[in-house]
Amino acid sequence: MTEADVVAELRDGMTIGIGGWGSRRKPMSLVRAILRSPLEDLTIVSYGGPDVGLLCAAGKVKKVVFGFVSLDSIPLEPHFRRARESGAVAAMELDEGMLRWGLYAAANRLPFLPMRAGFGSDVMRVNPSLKIVRSPYGDDELVAMPALKLDAALVHMNRADAQGAGQFLGPDLYFDDLYLMAAEKRFMSCERIVQTEDLLKEGSVHTLRINRSMTDGVVEAPRGAHFTSCEPDYPRDEAFQKTYAAAAASDETWSEFARVYLDVESEDAYQAAVRTGGFS
Amino acid sequence: MSSVADVCVAACADAWRGDGEILASAFGSVPLIGARLARLTFEPELLLSDGEAFLLANVPALSGAQEKIVEGWLPFASVFELLAAGRRHVMMMPSQIDRSGNMNISCVGDWSKPTRQLIGSRGGPGNTVNHPTSYWVPNHSTRSFVKHVDFVSGVGYDRPSGPFHEIRRVVTNLCVLDFETPDHSMRLRSLHPGVTVEHVVESTGFSLTIPGDVPATRTPTDDEMRAIESLDPSNLRGTEVKV
Repeated sequence: MTEADVVAELRDGMTIGIGGWGSRRKPMSLVRAILRSPLEDLTIVSYGGPDVGLLCAAGKVKKVVFGFVSLDSIPLEPHFRRARESGAVAAMELDEGMLRWGLYAAANRLPFLPMRAGFGSDVMRVNPSLKIVRSPYGDDELVAMPALKLDAALVHMNRADAQGAGQFLGPDLYFDDLYLMAAEKRFMSCERIVQTEDLLKEGSVHTLRINRSMTDGVVEAPRGAHFTSCEPDYPRDEAFQKTYAAAAASDETWSEFARVYLDVESEDAYQAAVRTGGFS
Repeated sequence: MSSVADVCVAACADAWRGDGEILASAFGSVPLIGARLARLTFEPELLLSDGEAFLLANVPALSGAQEKIVEGWLPFASVFELLAAGRRHVMMMPSQIDRSGNMNISCVGDWSKPTRQLIGSRGGPGNTVNHPTSYWVPNHSTRSFVKHVDFVSGVGYDRPSGPFHEIRRVVTNLCVLDFETPDHSMRLRSLHPGVTVEHVVESTGFSLTIPGDVPATRTPTDDEMRAIESLDPSNLRGTEVKV
C-alpha cells in the first residue's frame, strides 16, 4: 500500500488510534498523508506527540483522547496547547494507564476493565461517562475503564514483511500491539519491507510482536517517523523539532512552515524538503 | 560546603529511605540525582531506570558518556505493571499543589477551555492511588502552593483514594513538607539552612501546620557530597533550583 491508499480507507468522523509515544516512533508519513487529505472531524487516541499537534494545527481533529501530549525534549506540544486554549478541540483526558487499559479492553472485546487509576482524580470529573464499580468479590471500588474501540489504527515499525508481520528493533514497543488489536482497520508503515525469511536477521524472535493477523496493510516509508525517533534506525531530529515548535509562534511563521513542509504533493516531496532545508 | 541544591538532593534521596527493592522513578534533575544518591548510599536495593526502557545495574552520572550496565528491560508496559503492583515510588514535579496534597500538571484555568494547557495528567492519577508519591517543587511560591488546584492530576488526602495511597514528601527550594498530621494536611517538616518560617508562610497560598520547633533540613555528608559531585559534574541541580 501507499500512504494515499491508507487515507482512502479512512472516513470523516472516525476514531483513529496512533501508535508510538510522545515524539517517538510515530507513523508520521501516514499523519502527513491525512494532512494532505480532506479528512476532518477525527477523534484521535494517542500517547500524544507531534501527530496530535499537526492534526490539530490542520483543523482535522474534533476530539483528542490522551494522557499527555508532549514532544519529550520539548515538554509541551505548542499546537495542541493552542488548540486546547482556543477551545478548538474537545478532549477526553485520562491517566496514561487508563488509555492502555481502554485499548486492552477493546482488544479483548470487553466492555470495560476495572482498575484503580482515575479514582479520586479530576479525570472522573471531566469524563462524567466514566463509572465506578464495586468488586463482586469484596468491597473494593474501582474505575470501570471503558473499551477504547478504534475505527482505525496507524503504527510505524522498523521492519515488516509484505504479509503484514511487523518488527520493532528499538527499546520499546510502546502500545502499538494494543492499538492494532483495538481497531477495525489496521495499518502499519515501516522503515523497510524485507523478505519474511530475513526478519530474524536484525532482531530476536521477541521483536516480532506484530503478527500478520493484526494488520490489514503495510506501507514502506523510509524515514516515515521523521522527525520523531525511530531507534535504532535514526534518532529524533531535534533541530527539525525545534523548528516545528518555534513555527507555532504565529500564524505567519506557521503558514511558512506549512508551505515548505506540509503543503507538498507527496511524502517524497516532504523528505526532499527536509533534506534541502529551505526554512529557518 | 553544600549549596541549596545539594540540600535539596539529599532531601529527595531521603524520601526513598526505607523503600528497598522498588523502582525509584524521578522527574527533574534534583530528584534524579537524589534517587541515584539514595541507591549509592543507604538504599542499595532500589531499582533505577535510564528514563528510556532499561534498568541500570550501575549508577552513572546524569550527563556524560559513562557506560550503562543494563540489568533489565523496562518498557512502558512494564512500568505500568510495577506501578499497579505497588513496587514503585515516584517523585513528580507538580505545577500546583494544595494543602491536602492534590496536585496539578494538567492545565491552568477551567479545564474545558484552559488559559494554559500543560502536559496532561500523565500517570498522576494512577501513581497516587497505587504506590507512594512524592513531589519536587524547585520554585516554592504562592503560584505553585495554592488553595485549590485547577485540576486534580494527583490525588490528595481529602479525596477517595483506596488502600494504597501515600503522599510521602514534598521537597522544595525552601523546605521539606509532609502530611504527618491527624488530618493529613501539609506540615512543615524541616527548613533548609538560612530559610525562615516566615519566608515559607509567605510563599505558601494556604495555611500550613507548623510545629513549635522546626528542625533544619540536614546537609549532605562528605561522602554524599562526593557522590553528588560525581553524579552531576555539570551542576544540572544548581540550574534547576530557584535561589
